[in-house]
Amino acid sequence: MALLEVSNLSKIFGGVRAVQNVSFAVEAGIVYSVIGPNGAGKTTLFNLITGIYTPSEGQIRLDGRDIAGVAPHELARFGMARTFQNLQVCMNMTALENVMVGAHLRLDRNLFKGALRLPGIARRDALLRAEAAELMRLVGLEAFIDAHADAMPYGALKRLEIARALAAKPRVLFLDEPAAGLNPTETSEVDSLIRKVADSGVTVVLVEHDMKMVMNISDQILVLDYGKKLAEGTAAEVRRNPDVIAAYLGTHQ
Amino acid sequence: MFRSQFFGLIVLAVILVVLPFVLPNNFYLDLAIRMLINACIVLGLNLLIGFAGQISLGHAGFVGIGAYASAVLTTHYSWSPLGAMLAGALAAGVLAALVARPIFKLKGHYLAMATLGLGIIISIIVRNEAALTGGPDGMPVAALALFSFEISGEKQWYWVVSGILLFSLWASLNLIDSPFGRALRALHGSEVAAQVVGVDVAKYKLAIFVLSAVFASLMGSVTAHYVGFVTPNVADFFHSIELVTMVVIGGMASIYGSVIGAVLLTALPQALAGFEGWETVVFGSILMFCMIFMPKGLVPTLAAKFGRR
Amino acid sequence: MNGEWLPQFLQFLFSGITVGAAYALAALGFTLIYNASNVINFAQGEFIMLGGMLTVFFLQAGLPMPVAVLLAIFIPALVGILIEKLAIEPVKNAEVTTLIIITIGAALVIRGVVQIFLGKGTHSFPPFSSAEPIAIAGATLLPQSLWVLGVAALVVVALGWFFSRTLMGKAILATSYNRLAAQLVGINTSRVLFISYALSGALGAIGGILLTPITLTSYDVGIMLGLKGFVAAVVGGLGSGLGAVVGGLLVGILEAMGAGYISSAYKDAIPFALILLILFFMPRGLFGGKVTDRV
Ligand SMILES: Nc1ncnc2c1ncn2[C@@H]1O[C@H](COP(=O)(O)OP(=O)(O)OP(=O)(O)O)[C@@H](O)[C@H]1O
Ligand SMILES: [Mg+2]
Repeated sequence: MALLEVSNLSKIFGGVRAVQNVSFAVEAGIVYSVIGPNGAGKTTLFNLITGIYTPSEGQIRLDGRDIAGVAPHELARFGMARTFQNLQVCMNMTALENVMVGAHLRLDRNLFKGALRLPGIARRDALLRAEAAELMRLVGLEAFIDAHADAMPYGALKRLEIARALAAKPRVLFLDEPAAGLNPTETSEVDSLIRKVADSGVTVVLVEHDMKMVMNISDQILVLDYGKKLAEGTAAEVRRNPDVIAAYLGTHQ
Repeated sequence: MFRSQFFGLIVLAVILVVLPFVLPNNFYLDLAIRMLINACIVLGLNLLIGFAGQISLGHAGFVGIGAYASAVLTTHYSWSPLGAMLAGALAAGVLAALVARPIFKLKGHYLAMATLGLGIIISIIVRNEAALTGGPDGMPVAALALFSFEISGEKQWYWVVSGILLFSLWASLNLIDSPFGRALRALHGSEVAAQVVGVDVAKYKLAIFVLSAVFASLMGSVTAHYVGFVTPNVADFFHSIELVTMVVIGGMASIYGSVIGAVLLTALPQALAGFEGWETVVFGSILMFCMIFMPKGLVPTLAAKFGRR
Repeated sequence: MNGEWLPQFLQFLFSGITVGAAYALAALGFTLIYNASNVINFAQGEFIMLGGMLTVFFLQAGLPMPVAVLLAIFIPALVGILIEKLAIEPVKNAEVTTLIIITIGAALVIRGVVQIFLGKGTHSFPPFSSAEPIAIAGATLLPQSLWVLGVAALVVVALGWFFSRTLMGKAILATSYNRLAAQLVGINTSRVLFISYALSGALGAIGGILLTPITLTSYDVGIMLGLKGFVAAVVGGLGSGLGAVVGGLLVGILEAMGAGYISSAYKDAIPFALILLILFFMPRGLFGGKVTDRV
């Protein structure tokens, strides 16, 4: 059984069919990429799977369990984590705290214990601080460990989101255009980071416009166009697919 | 970095200990007590508005619930002050919990409208149920006796309220730096981001709303016993606005800002007493002036100026 | 109940529609400013108060009615412009809470100034035409109510015309949909703001002037009237002109019915109970559309 199975998924906004009847499956441990032109419905697909939007139709299964319409915070319990195309960094917190928030479910969140700062909470928080700093180093943000989020440049914030997602110790990680707006050096850093994450056993679902990165890194690729599934396969298969070539060159029927 | 915040707590404790010995008379001690009580309420409200990012324009309603629970239950039903105080807190908490889910689905101006409506309804009830509450004239409240010990005189009240404030500040500093508090601030920063890391946003909003409502109610009870009299003004819209203003002027999401905001705005009417008739105008102008030139509030603005975050 | 229900019902309905019309004007004022600048102007109620109080003042000063009324509309419009120029423009992108407090500050200043110069007394002036009530099916209708309804209807029609037929009106609408796009096509959005605040001040004042012969006025009536106008605007979905009018009438009628049939002591609570119920079930008001927040 595949880790994630999506069948006949659709989402309609008013008149716009953002995702239409899309089906695919993601095996555990692979890097699965979703590509397609602007407005193809990639982000909407992510939002459906991670519970931000409720599907108009279709099923989403994680480990065989139907998760369509389940709230995002519930899905986090099942080991889902994600980043956002439009940054969702908490600008009212420090960089380190943003990463610490990622570990939310692994902590004792009791209000009163927190307010009284019981020794257990204090000890765990101290460990978490070190852990979060380690994650920031991993994503190449060692320079920003003491920074406030609102003082960080765009490229750094993108990677901060990845660190936050990793802090949750997810089983499946959804990355929505992690390299958008990054310079070539940063992009190659993100590229090798994704490899590292995948090698550690985390399943990665990736949306990215950087074709070099996608072709190099992906085990499987899903191509969306106008909300519909256009093709699916390995990098080599997708590259040869005439429909994909047509869609990307803009010679639409 | 965060640890250094506790330094402020020590400074404040020292000031609070020295203050009664330098204040010339009971008038100033009374003023100080009212500042400290307001600081507590504002602190609770700042957790909601500043840290969790959820506005409430009806918070005086909860202060009113506490004040009138203490007044009515002790006077008409001969409850013990402690029992009445807890009953008020319970009522405020239950009410807050009941309305929290639907209210916090709302955002921005809709949330402002709903909380405002809630507060106004409470204040209208207090004003209208004259048989119990004395209506617009208000009613007297007995002294606060805890078991066989009775708190009386400005000096005793001062120490009690100082203790409450110091403890609340310490607990709040802890809270915002705990897993619960970070989740709360995260949902302010980005609700979706908080959701996808597993924060049950509705539950956290409810928890902090209930906490700040209960706290407001408790401090309402304290005020009622201290002053010895309650009027419907404690619950009305203008008082809600005063509280929010204290939060904003001191600085949203600033623990010490809550204290500064409360101190300044409690002192302001006294300072304006010489302006006969012009109080409202000056008060309004100060609100506008502060918000236009220091929209982040005093403490954060000054902290930024002196290079600390 | 007995056969008397119809006259009684009509009586409540008349008084409800009358105040409802004033709420509708206030709600339109809220809506105008909200659309132009995304600000809820808590000083809106003070415009209503200013309309009534200034008319009283100018009449006492010996000016003829029409002049007094015109001045009492013109000055609040000016005050609206002042608020916009001095307090809103400088902080354009501030947080909602900050903006709310600024407008509350403005409301306090207006109220304080009126209290100082015009006193704390309650005032009124004679109705525009006869004070003789008109009997309709056993109920009575004050001629002044007809004035309120007639003028409010006229204002609504004029506004409709303004927004659909004039360049300025269309510019305001365009700005409310998308400020940046409006700027890009060359709309002077600063002028749009200016006009919206002026109009909104005038609208509030007109409501206040019309209502004063029926409900009296004093320096402190602004808060309640303004808050109810806000309720009406939110009932209508905040941002919709038609919604504001329907919301105003609805709030007025329900308030009058509630006061008549349920409890007059709780009259002022009714609009707020109403808005809580509506928001609980329809988070964007009766006429607000459903949208999915983009992420
Ligand atoms: N919340 C929403 N409400 C209405 N329409 C939406 C919403 N979210 C997305 N859409 C529409 O759905 C379609 C797909 O958008 P989506 O953001 O999923 O595309 P995408 O493939 O991620 O594009 P890009 O590469 O530009 O990020 C677009 O037409 C978009 O306008
Ligand atoms: Mg996208």
